[in-house]
Amino acid sequence: MTNNLNALADKTESVDAAAEPARGFAQFDTDAIGPVQKLQRFLHSYPTFVPLIVLAVSLIGFGLFAGSKFFTPYNMSLIVQQVSIIGILAVAQSLVILTAGIDLSVAAIMVLSSVVAGNLAVKLGWPPIPSLLTSFLVGTGIGLMNGFLVTRVKLPPFIATLGTWNVFYALNLYLSGAQSIRGSEIDQTAPILKIFGESLSVFGTKISYGSLLFVAVFLVLWYALTRTAWGRHIYAVGDDKEAAELAGIRTDRVLISVYAVAGFICALAGWSAIGRVGAVSPTSFFEGNLQSITAVVIGGISLFGGRGSILGPLVGALIVGVFQSGLRIAGVDVLWQLFAIGWLIILAVAVDQWIRKVSA
Amino acid sequence: MNTEVTPVLSARGLMKRYGRVVAIDNGEFDLMPGEILAVIGDNGAGKSSLIKALSGAIRPDSGEIRLDGVPISFSSPIEARKAGIETVYQTLALSPALSISDNMFLGREIYSPNLFGKLFHQLDRQAMNDIARAKLAELGLLTIQNIQQPVETLSGGQRQGVAVARAAAFGSKVIIMDEPTAALGVKESRKVLDLILKVRARGVPIVLISHNMPHVFEVADRIHIHRLGRRAAVISPKDYSMSDAVAIMTGAMAAPIAA
Ligand SMILES: Nc1ncnc2c1ncn2[C@@H]1O[C@H](COP(=O)(O)OP(=O)(O)O)[C@@H](O)[C@H]1O
Ligand SMILES: [Mg+2]
Repeated sequence: MTNNLNALADKTESVDAAAEPARGFAQFDTDAIGPVQKLQRFLHSYPTFVPLIVLAVSLIGFGLFAGSKFFTPYNMSLIVQQVSIIGILAVAQSLVILTAGIDLSVAAIMVLSSVVAGNLAVKLGWPPIPSLLTSFLVGTGIGLMNGFLVTRVKLPPFIATLGTWNVFYALNLYLSGAQSIRGSEIDQTAPILKIFGESLSVFGTKISYGSLLFVAVFLVLWYALTRTAWGRHIYAVGDDKEAAELAGIRTDRVLISVYAVAGFICALAGWSAIGRVGAVSPTSFFEGNLQSITAVVIGGISLFGGRGSILGPLVGALIVGVFQSGLRIAGVDVLWQLFAIGWLIILAVAVDQWIRKVSA
Repeated sequence: MNTEVTPVLSARGLMKRYGRVVAIDNGEFDLMPGEILAVIGDNGAGKSSLIKALSGAIRPDSGEIRLDGVPISFSSPIEARKAGIETVYQTLALSPALSISDNMFLGREIYSPNLFGKLFHQLDRQAMNDIARAKLAELGLLTIQNIQQPVETLSGGQRQGVAVARAAAFGSKVIIMDEPTAALGVKESRKVLDLILKVRARGVPIVLISHNMPHVFEVADRIHIHRLGRRAAVISPKDYSMSDAVAIMTGAMAAPIAA
């Protein structure tokens, strides 16, 4: 959470500036704006604000109504652990969505990568490190293929990744025979595959390495998106591809790199998922692609590209986790989780549409 | 025209077809050192196509382009930019969600001098902000701050200012501007014209594509009249009236032999 707060502090400077557009320039007219437009501009400059409020309100709400088991350090760390896989997929998804694309293949890349690592290490007896490296090559390779289909074959991202989703999910079922590799087998041959299921105990919490990985992936990508030229280019390409091209950015290279990095991150999620599930499970996280899109959208990243902070999906994933945990502890039927998440998605996209109207 | 002076940028025999449409038909072009050359012509005459060929945004089917007398051929705007030709496109080519400073350095960012800069192309925001601020100030565009605000919070004239400042900051040989005042009100147009004069005062020649005759006649040293994909005439605004220029542009008056 501190990271979010830092980002908030970071952003306030530019928010102040945005509220008074003409101040820095001489002789151009300033237009007076009302409080509603002020809010609109504020959210425009800081799209993670809405999800942060939703997270805070839902934490307080469930803390008050779900009973004393909700607000325990243990439950809080459990929520983070439970959303860690979808959260990592959401990072990959965010990169692609920031370029105004979408990646339906994230979960397929993830399970296939974990099956490749498991098959090589457990069934074929490869040493664990080369097995894992191969799984990363597979993930990155599929990402490259997505990027190639989008930029060179010029397929819409939705179609390209709908295709690769099916192709590689089928390959995943073929390679695994739709059978899990049990945890006990992994423990005997390559325990490092399950490393992200291990946890530390600090002050009554149970922090898994998978949760730490989840946060670390967010921080690394936050750095890349806000502090490096590559990150600026991703926003520029998503914002207006033609403008970016004319400004001298090799937009196709940026897109290919984005899909490839997304594939790599999915492979990382695949490794972490082995620890989370306690086994190599080719049929788990079947809805991971849609859940990652949910986290991204609830987190305030615009489906139209070029807008939103990578910290948004972190908050988005946590919101989903808080709802699931809170409703479960309160003894509410699972269907109401879906009901609530569905409304959150609709609300988030409606807010985004409204915010985008600001561009004057 | 002084025949001893080599044009900074020139073209001979340029052709560009889009299917059956001939956008550039045996196009000729000369830009002399230090001048503002206006390019005028009817809608669809091929002005933008000519300018895109000169700035590397499209590849002509045939013909020759010379920069400082040396034949060149650009396969992308990036190459033209590297050669010192900057273009302010009609669409501005700015990324609205990025800051003024990020936009000015888009595609040619300054990296941190440390290891992070080398390894990850980490941005040297301080340096970028300082230079962007200095460049805007130089053109009288910025009284004090705030270089970090997103371009989409700026007015049309301010955006145009940012695009011009970006071109002026990096354009060492030629600056091309496509319809820079077309989308602006009277006050903002005034500001942009002043900007153009300021840029010329620094010695960089400018190609100004415009529909606006009063603007053209106010700032141009010479006027290139484009008609049906080719150069119909080059005139001096001192020798011809605005209605003459329009007449040549529409074909109502025969084109004079030389300017
Ligand atoms: N990308 C393109 N595809 C097809 N036709 C084009 C394209 N760009 C320009 N043209 C055509 O070329 C001609 C010249 O256009 P343009 O260079 O934009 O003229 P101007 O800028 O003088 O209005 C027009 O007939 C236009 O329709
Ligand atoms: Mg045009």
